[in-house]
Amino acid sequence: MADSMSFFSDFIARYGSLLIQGTIATLIMTFVSSALAYLLGTPLGILLMMSAPNSLKPNRTLYSVLGWIVNIGRSIPFIILMVALIPLSRLIMGTSLGVAGAITPLVIASTPFVARLIENSLQEVPSGVIEAAQSYGASTFQIIWKVLLSEALPSIARSIPITVITIFSYTAIAGVVGAGGLGDIAVRYGYHRYQTDVMVATIIIMIFLIQVIQTLGNIAVRRIDKR
Amino acid sequence: MIELIDITKTFDAANTSHDALIDVTLTIEDGDIFGIIGISGAGKSTLARCINLLERPSAGTIRIDDVDITNFTGRDLLDLRSSIGMIFQDFSLFSQRTVLQNVMFPLEIRGDSRQHCRARAYELLEVVGLVEKANSYPSQLSGGQQQRVSIARALANDPKIILCDEATSALDTLTTNSILDLLRQINRDLGVTIVVITHSMSVVRKICNKVAVLDQGRVIELGTTEEIFDDPQNAVTSELIGEVIIRG
Repeated sequence: MADSMSFFSDFIARYGSLLIQGTIATLIMTFVSSALAYLLGTPLGILLMMSAPNSLKPNRTLYSVLGWIVNIGRSIPFIILMVALIPLSRLIMGTSLGVAGAITPLVIASTPFVARLIENSLQEVPSGVIEAAQSYGASTFQIIWKVLLSEALPSIARSIPITVITIFSYTAIAGVVGAGGLGDIAVRYGYHRYQTDVMVATIIIMIFLIQVIQTLGNIAVRRIDKR
Repeated sequence: MIELIDITKTFDAANTSHDALIDVTLTIEDGDIFGIIGISGAGKSTLARCINLLERPSAGTIRIDDVDITNFTGRDLLDLRSSIGMIFQDFSLFSQRTVLQNVMFPLEIRGDSRQHCRARAYELLEVVGLVEKANSYPSQLSGGQQQRVSIARALANDPKIILCDEATSALDTLTTNSILDLLRQINRDLGVTIVVITHSMSVVRKICNKVAVLDQGRVIELGTTEEIFDDPQNAVTSELIGEVIIRG
């Protein structure tokens, strides 16, 4: 008993601050990238939905080009995208390393993902509801803002934890290429130095964080959804 | 007065085209409760949607109060639509808005002040008898109550015309009757012209003063409700009436 107690206090004394820093780095990367991905992905998703055939503003060219860009973004594995974007990251953030360096590739990798999720959520809004809004003389902008986004909000909210958790797992990959965070700690200590205890600690922290994110998401959806 | 003159609507698919409406001509006078009846696919919904240009006719002219609206676009189109109320078979309420906010919607998009929207929405909920449900969400209401909300919403802009697209088809007989009563009351008290799209002759008999029978995109019979019931000229009409007699 005393042994295991001292093992824990020793462990925390040695790795506690490392793990806390790693957790903070991971959370910053995850949430800043998620926020930016939604900022960019939402308009893109709206454009995709609106320009689709038989939609409100069908535009074959725009729809094809956007769809093509989004598919390219989604077809490149993140670890390759990460390396390929090093020059761009240096240009935008001034560095390709650390938390700041990871944001650019994380946002670029997840924006197309968000765009598709938003497009799908908007497509779920019943066409009858859109028609009703049109029949009351709503303009296209009003339909997007007051009908589509508002009616799709529960569905969009439901997809946010999916995005956040996907980006969370991307940050672990980013860790391998110098971004820091929990993924980096797990690989450096657990893989390179055979320190299984550190790796297990990072896994426990990650499981805990994912549970918290999903639970908060579920609570938010329950509050938002009036259907 | 709504005048539909030689309205044709053709839907183009990949290789085929389908005529939903062929040379439809009819006049709906102010204060009418005008029934447009036909079996599924007869073109009646398409015809109603031409009146507020949710569908644009391929040929023909639509005049409302002597103004040719056929080619309205932009602001004119939105203003036209906001002056015509519409209710739907599936109610088409906004599920994320409360009853009150649903009724406020047509006023909100017109840019009215929030205060005025609220006051007006409460008035309208009074008309349809649902004030106590103002802060409920549509999912918490019965079908009949939802349709009442959508009627209140349709009345928000003081329309001179309301289009009812199979408004009672999803409701049971008792609820149907109360909705039809409400529509008749609105017609009588507010002088709103009502266009009733239906496949049910009993609905026509209960509230319409005039009726057009549509079959395969053509008007095959047109007259007052008594004329049509007393002396149907067409086999399709007889069949539609027969249904009423069998069902009682």
